[in-house]
Order: sequence, then structure tokens, then C-alpha cells
Amino acid sequence: MKVTTRRARLLRHTGFYIAAFVTTAFVATPILFALLGGFKDNQQLRENALGLPSPWNTQNYTDVLASGAFWQQVFSSVFIALITTFIVVACSAMVAFVFARYAFRGREGLFTLFAAGMMFPFAVAVLPLFIILRTFELLNSPLGVILPQAAFGLPLTIIILRTFFRSIPAEVEEAATIDGAGPWLFFSRILLPMARPVLATVSVLALVGSWNSFLLPLVVLQKSTWWTLPLGVTQFSGQYASDTAKVLAFVMLAMLPALVFYAFAERHLISGLTSGGTKG
Amino acid sequence: MTTTESPRVSPGRPDRREGKSPRKRSGRPGAGTLATFIAPGLVLFLLFVILPVLFAAYVAFFRWNGLGGVPTDFVGLENFRNLLQDEVFLGDLWRLGLIVVLSLLVQLPISFGLAMLLHQRFPGRTAFRLLFFVPYVLTEAVTAVLFRLVFSPRRGFADSLLANLGVDSQVGWLSDREIVMFVIFGILTWKFFGFHMILFLAGRQNIPDELYEAAAIDGATGAQAFRSITLPLMGPTVRMIVFLSVIGTVQLFDLVYVLTGGGPFHASETLAITMYEQGFQRNQIGYASALSIAMFLISLVFALFYQRFVLNRDLQGSITTAGNRS
Repeated sequence: MKVTTRRARLLRHTGFYIAAFVTTAFVATPILFALLGGFKDNQQLRENALGLPSPWNTQNYTDVLASGAFWQQVFSSVFIALITTFIVVACSAMVAFVFARYAFRGREGLFTLFAAGMMFPFAVAVLPLFIILRTFELLNSPLGVILPQAAFGLPLTIIILRTFFRSIPAEVEEAATIDGAGPWLFFSRILLPMARPVLATVSVLALVGSWNSFLLPLVVLQKSTWWTLPLGVTQFSGQYASDTAKVLAFVMLAMLPALVFYAFAERHLISGLTSGGTKG
Repeated sequence: MTTTESPRVSPGRPDRREGKSPRKRSGRPGAGTLATFIAPGLVLFLLFVILPVLFAAYVAFFRWNGLGGVPTDFVGLENFRNLLQDEVFLGDLWRLGLIVVLSLLVQLPISFGLAMLLHQRFPGRTAFRLLFFVPYVLTEAVTAVLFRLVFSPRRGFADSLLANLGVDSQVGWLSDREIVMFVIFGILTWKFFGFHMILFLAGRQNIPDELYEAAAIDGATGAQAFRSITLPLMGPTVRMIVFLSVIGTVQLFDLVYVLTGGGPFHASETLAITMYEQGFQRNQIGYASALSIAMFLISLVFALFYQRFVLNRDLQGSITTAGNRS
């Protein structure tokens, strides 16, 4: 019995590894194609598509890195993502705080209204949003991307934060009140610091959502001044359609921030994205 | 809407379970204070979520090119009637069904299998788990550009690979209307299987080990335990993932738009792409709004049916629920 289980386990492990490595190849091949392709020139891409670059050609990467457009797009993406995250987390925290800790007439109705926002797919709103933003003269402005993104991020963020704020015992608030703290002080000095882990989770969600957002910037940012990376990459790939190697370098560099972020904040990212998924 | 009419503040009950004693507080926050907390979020939400959705519902009943003031040419249900005769729209629905069916039959079982695999202890499983999640982290639009190059004719990676194997590929991966949807499905699988796998894995980890120990004591084989413990207790997770997958597919835009623009000849078009084309390229704002509303209704009806007939079982206290993380 013992021996057979051992052999069975060995056999099973071999099966695991075969499946795992096949999947690894499936996942990694396109990314390696971009990474290595960026180090080739177009002739190598044609004649030596599968092998390592020889010679290694850094021109494509340095060209992209030396271009102002790339850095401008990185800046726009970072700027829009950070401001979006700040607005959505700040607004949601305040709303969730009131929902979680004070009873007032109309509270449930108001909460249902916010929660119903989860039902609206973004694509449904993009056309009227465009018209509204045009009326407010927010087209071609980063605010035109930031405000709608933040607004659509509210429902999920409020729901997650409300759940957390409710779990904080009443005694904590009583103690603060006895010490003379009003709601603002209690909120900003006690509640928010206690909520740091869950604030990190919702921030990651907002950040990633904004970073990946494509349809809204596509519609709002018609001039290239504020183009974000996803817009920049698609535009670049059209402009340099015949220079595959350079496009691959651009694609790789555009993926890099997300990969680095994932490498460092893997735990937050996975828990944030999966909680967003299961809640959404 | 309701913030301005003064909310009467009653003593707060922060947590029903913990709130043993009614609080005696000197400075109970007034209506004004509560309103300032809620106002920024509420204004943002009304202006950029509720207003656009209501506006879309209104415009859907007009013929309007989006220029000059408000729509005036009221056409009743004509936009919706036209939708039902629009071959592209009907094709969108068919393609939506195709992707959903393929996801259920191929993509989700693969993710499930990999999750079961990575639940086992073997050296290196953490590394595999991290790696498989990578595609989900990447931006859809950027992924689409990458795959356009992978599948570009002759110079692309796919054709080069085949050429190296001695196959001269005549297939236009993204330009052949017969196969473009299957290529897109492959790319969607690449992008999303890791996400579903992580969710399945979380569901599997929520099943207490004691159940398997008890089953083993009773002499159950691994296969029996899988059939009578794993599968039923994974039910809620499975149903949640199916739900997310369908809702996500209804809204599909970025990846396909960048990859093919919906072509060739609408062969890969999605609801959102048709909406975008009609609204932003042809200025048929009324028609495009009707399409938006149709999209919304499809999601809504599906969500309601699903909640009613599939998810309601999960609300009756099962051991694992996919939605219990925060």
C-alpha cells in the first residue's frame, strides 16, 4: 500500500507538472514574443521569429523611451489614475461612514440608489456621458475622464467600506465622543487609520480600473495632449503598422508598469481584484 | 435627491450585534454634518451615473444626431423595432451566445481544473499561481495590440511558428469571418482563465479539510470525495463565476475593438462596438441609445433570472459563499 501510494504520488506530480508547464507556455509565449521581439529588427522577426534575438538590438526600446509621447502618456495614465483613486476613495469613505454609523430617514433608499449603480454597465452610459461632458466643456480634459470614472467606482467602494465601518465596535466611537471628538475628528483620526487595509484594497481596485480604462478616454480625449497609455499604444500600433518590432517594444514597455506593480503588490492586487469580482 | 430635506437624526446604531446600550452623546451630528459627508459622493453619482443612464433611456425614443440642444424628433419605439430587424444587432446577440457557451464548456472547466491542480501541494505551485494570473493584470487594449501582432498575416508569431513547423498557413486569423470568433475566444481565455482560476481556488480553500478527513475515515476514495464534497460545495463559487463571466461578456468592448474593430464585415462585432459605431461614427445617437438600453436590459433580465432561479439557493446558509470576502 505504502509503496503504491508513493508511486501514485510521483505519477500524479508528473501529471501536475505537465499540465502546469503547458499552461505556463500558453501564458508566457505571447509575452515573450513581445519582450524578445522588441530586441529584434523586422528582418529578424521574419526570419528568426522563434529564436533569441541575434544580435540583440536595443534601438526599439531606446527609441520609445526617448520619445516624449511615451512619457507624456505614462504621466497622463498615472495622473488620471491617482486623482480618480483619491476622489473615489475619499467620497466613498465619507458616504460609507454615514451609512454605516448613523441612522436617518431615507438612509436605506439612498443606499439602494448607490448599490443600484452596480447594475449599470459603463458602456450603457458612455454616449450620454459624452454629451454631458461636451456640455460642461470637459472634453479633452483629464477631468472628463476622472469624474465619470470616480462616479462609476463609487457603488462597489461604498459597499466594501460600509461593511468594514460597520464592523468597528460602538465602544470605539463612544470613547472618542467622551473625549470630545465630533464626527469629523472620529472619522479622520480614528476610523480611517483603522481602515487602512481595506482602504488599500479599494484603492488598488480604483487604480487598476483607471489604469486599464479604454472606452472613456477613447471618447473623451480626442487630442493627444492627455492620451493615456492604452490610447497611445493603439494609436502607435496604427502609426507604425509596418514596424512590428518597434510596436512590440512599445507594447512591452506599456505592460511593464502593471507587471512591476503586480510583482510588488501581488497580494493586495489579487485580493482586491477578486473581491471586486465577487462583489461585482 | 434626499440630502437636502433634513434627515432627522436618531441615535446611531452602528452595529446591531454590538450595540448593547443606546449611546448617550453630547454632540450628536446634525443633519448639516451628515449632508456634508454625503454630498460630494452623491453629486458625483447623480451627475455622472444616474443622469447619463436616464438620459440614454430618454434619447432612445428619439431620432437624434446629437447636435444642437435637446432631441425633438420623437419616434416612439421605432429605434427598438429597428434594432430587432438589424442584422448586426442580431448577430451581436448570436456572438454573445457563442462566447458564453464556449466559456461555459471550455474556459471555465479549464480554470476549474487548474484550480483543483494548484490546490494540491507540490513544489512550485505558488509560482504557477502567480504566473497564471499575469494576463488578467494587463490592460485589455494593450493585450489586444499584442495579439494583433501575434496573429498578423505571415509576419505574426502564429504564422512564423507554423512556418517553422513546415506549415504554410493560409489562414487569416483575424480576417477570416469563419474563425475570427474562435481566435477571439482563445484570446479571451488567455486573458481571463487566471482570474477565474483564482476565484475557484478561493472557493476550494473555503471547504474545510475536516470534511475530507471524515470522508477518508468512512473509506471514501478521492473520486468519491470529489463528487460528493468538492463539487456540491463549489456550487456557489461556480454560479458566481458563471454570472460574472456572462455579465462581462455582454459588455465586451476594449479587446475586440482594438483587435478587429468588429470586422471583418461585422463578423466579430459586439453589442458595445455596434453601439459605439452607431453613436460616435454615424451620429445615430437615438438608435445607439436604444442599443445601450437593450444592453442594460439584457444584463438586468439575466441578473434577475439568475438571482431568482440559480443564486437563491445559495442564500440559504451554505458553507462556502463566494461573496464573503471583503
